[in-house]
Amino acid sequence: MSASLKDPSLTVPTPPKGDRGGSVGIARNLGLVIALVVLCVVGVVTAGERFASTDNIVTILRLATVTGVVAIGMTFVITGGGIDLSVGAIVALASVWATTTGTQAMADDVHWIVIVLSALLVGTACGVINGLLVAYGRIVPFVATLAMLASARALAELIADRKTQILRNQGFTDFFGAEPLGIPVIVIIFALVTVGGWFLLNRTTFGRRTFAVGGNPEAARLAGIKVQRHTVYLYALLGMTCGIAALIVMSRTTTGSSTHGTLLELDVIAAVVIGGTLLSGGRGTVVGTLFGVLIFTTLTNVFTLNNLSTSTQNVAKGVIIVIAVLLQQRIANRKP
Amino acid sequence: MRQTVTPLLEMRGIVKQFPGVRALDGVDLVVRAGEVHCLLGQNGAGKSTLIKVLAGAHPIDEGTILWDGEPISFANPQDALATGVATIYQELDLVDGLTVAHNIFLGHERARGGMTRDAEMNRAARELLATLGHSEIRPTREVGSLSAAGKQIVSMARALSRDAKVIVMDEPSAVLDADEVDGLFRVVDDLRASGTAIIYISHRLEEIRRIGDRLTVLKDGATVATDLSAQDTPTSELITLMTGRTVTSVFPRRTEPVPDAAPVLSVDSLSRVGEFTDVSFDLRPGEIIGLAGLVGAGRSEIVETIYGARRATSGTVTVGGTTLRNGSVDAAVGAGLGLCPEERKSQGLILDEAVYRNISLASFSRFARGGFSNEAAERRAAHDAARSVDVRPDAPDRIIRTLSGGNQQKVVLARWLLRSCTILLLDEPTRGVDVGARAEIYSLIRELADSGVAVVVVSSDIDEVLGLSDRVLVVAEGSVVHDGPSDAIDAAGVLDRILATHDHDKEGAA
Repeated sequence: MSASLKDPSLTVPTPPKGDRGGSVGIARNLGLVIALVVLCVVGVVTAGERFASTDNIVTILRLATVTGVVAIGMTFVITGGGIDLSVGAIVALASVWATTTGTQAMADDVHWIVIVLSALLVGTACGVINGLLVAYGRIVPFVATLAMLASARALAELIADRKTQILRNQGFTDFFGAEPLGIPVIVIIFALVTVGGWFLLNRTTFGRRTFAVGGNPEAARLAGIKVQRHTVYLYALLGMTCGIAALIVMSRTTTGSSTHGTLLELDVIAAVVIGGTLLSGGRGTVVGTLFGVLIFTTLTNVFTLNNLSTSTQNVAKGVIIVIAVLLQQRIANRKP
Repeated sequence: MRQTVTPLLEMRGIVKQFPGVRALDGVDLVVRAGEVHCLLGQNGAGKSTLIKVLAGAHPIDEGTILWDGEPISFANPQDALATGVATIYQELDLVDGLTVAHNIFLGHERARGGMTRDAEMNRAARELLATLGHSEIRPTREVGSLSAAGKQIVSMARALSRDAKVIVMDEPSAVLDADEVDGLFRVVDDLRASGTAIIYISHRLEEIRRIGDRLTVLKDGATVATDLSAQDTPTSELITLMTGRTVTSVFPRRTEPVPDAAPVLSVDSLSRVGEFTDVSFDLRPGEIIGLAGLVGAGRSEIVETIYGARRATSGTVTVGGTTLRNGSVDAAVGAGLGLCPEERKSQGLILDEAVYRNISLASFSRFARGGFSNEAAERRAAHDAARSVDVRPDAPDRIIRTLSGGNQQKVVLARWLLRSCTILLLDEPTRGVDVGARAEIYSLIRELADSGVAVVVVSSDIDEVLGLSDRVLVVAEGSVVHDGPSDAIDAAGVLDRILATHDHDKEGAA
């Protein structure tokens, strides 16, 4: 008789948690939906028609675009086990660089597409540098992107000489200011980025590998995934969304400035985290991020309609982040 | 029967150098198609490194690898997988957040133009799991919610999904029960019949006898014997090859009877709701008490409660006449208790710290003067403690993660030696520790007891509990069902008592 008593059904300390990809995932988003609905109810009660109007909804969506676009990119980086603090600075640098291209000597002759391309290129390049530092330089993401935060914004100041650069390119303003069927182009861009992000994360090998790289990098490596290269792609992708965000900022303000996107990283990371993406990597949701962004923007809108100060808004934001994370932990630890 | 055909995989003079250590120092391994080739060796002999080399995770420094007679290099995991080597790792290298199917096809997803084909992957995963006799594991289930055994099955399915010519299995049976092991062996037989070569690593000699064809023995990073028959090579010869010495009895016996002193530890009617009830025993200096029982019977909970890591619902723990404050580790440690926890890696060690810092963890304040630590004295004392338990390599600044399981366990023991504790609670002290190092840990525990330390040992290996302890307490479903000298009962007797409790319960329920 064997003296070794190993009953695997007993050796497992964690109880089976059911299919988290399904039911709990819905439960998690349900919490976000409820939060958004509660906010809307508060909005209707306190501001009535001024809140519940098509115009106001468009306003909210317009307000959501910058944070939203970057938050989709951030969802990828955080799911892949990283973090990027430099997004606001990259937006500033991309806006300054692109407006410089569009305002100097050859200004009037420059086709607006050149401005678009330079913003995207600058954003992506910053992302690639972040990615290289993290993946190949083996610098902790927090530190590598902190360095980028400092230097990208400083570089923007140098280029702009600390001045606000006015963008006077008619083609650019015409394109980004358009509102086909009453929907602003920038909102359409946000929608496209969100749908594209969802598809990329959930329906492609790239997305699969992002979860693996963030959840267990060693397992990913042993499964033949080029983890370092993939990490660079993730930061590059986020950099590109920063470029898109810079374009949106430029169209809304018709300026490029080294002060654009100040503290954007906080709003973006907060939206991603309350959406349900794990800061430790391996789990991420684009839909959750979308809700996170909408919740914050709606909150701002409701507060503004009620003439409450930004300081009050920020206190409320802090409270919401804590409540959301506590709720998430409850859901994640819930017994089946 | 010798075959003259070219071996499928031939490794010659493999050397792998890590900073400060030569992990592989001349390994030869010849594997033929359609054989189960067993790899034996103590922890730290180089098996894990060799597996990583085969998987392309560690590029080699010297030596040649021939595949079908042609030189080949495994520079990265992609190379190894593309050549046809798949590996089932012991540490269950899966991604918790992905589903079963996505884990199985990780890195070689079924996709068209970058878009994953989930339905197809789920179908294929279901077939693979059915082949392994586990069609109850749903391909859409998240891997993080599976048991350790379930994860092992998924790892196997993943290796099968690669259509590999060589499959490396690193202790695949460690977390499986008897039926599951039978299932595993059926699969191994099928693979062998279809011409796949299996490199099988296990500490369980009876498995190697059952499934193996030939075997290779590693020691200190080098091949010491190869082309041995897995069926006929005597066990004593294998142990001698692995350890380099002749092992007569693994369990050192007590030389003198336990001195008839007053108990140093008294546990009185200790209970914790839902975990264990009414546990009482006295422990004298120099005595070793073993807690035997099934996993889940409440033994770990008992020692953790004694240690103050869990709050008792009722009952007391008395050390040297003083009752310990309930639920206070601080009080327990102050009274001279030390615990070597069950989950060494997650509960016992700071894996990325140096060996000496792990040893001084419980006593570094002793070396401090006015709040400033005295690093030099701390390191010296820890080094002495490490030497006294023979931690190898003798390098106090090594990061603990790089040590073998047996040596990690010795570090935990050294910690309590340095703290000069008088009562040691050991929970599964030899889990993940190989045969040779086990014998060392047994003698170490015995030496400690001989020097007057009182010891409580929890183990799921009944032979270990009986061999090591002076007195054995059999725990079943949270109660002590037997208490007596360990030489008055055998493994069958212990099992009888456990099963009697279970049967009794069933009758009571019926």
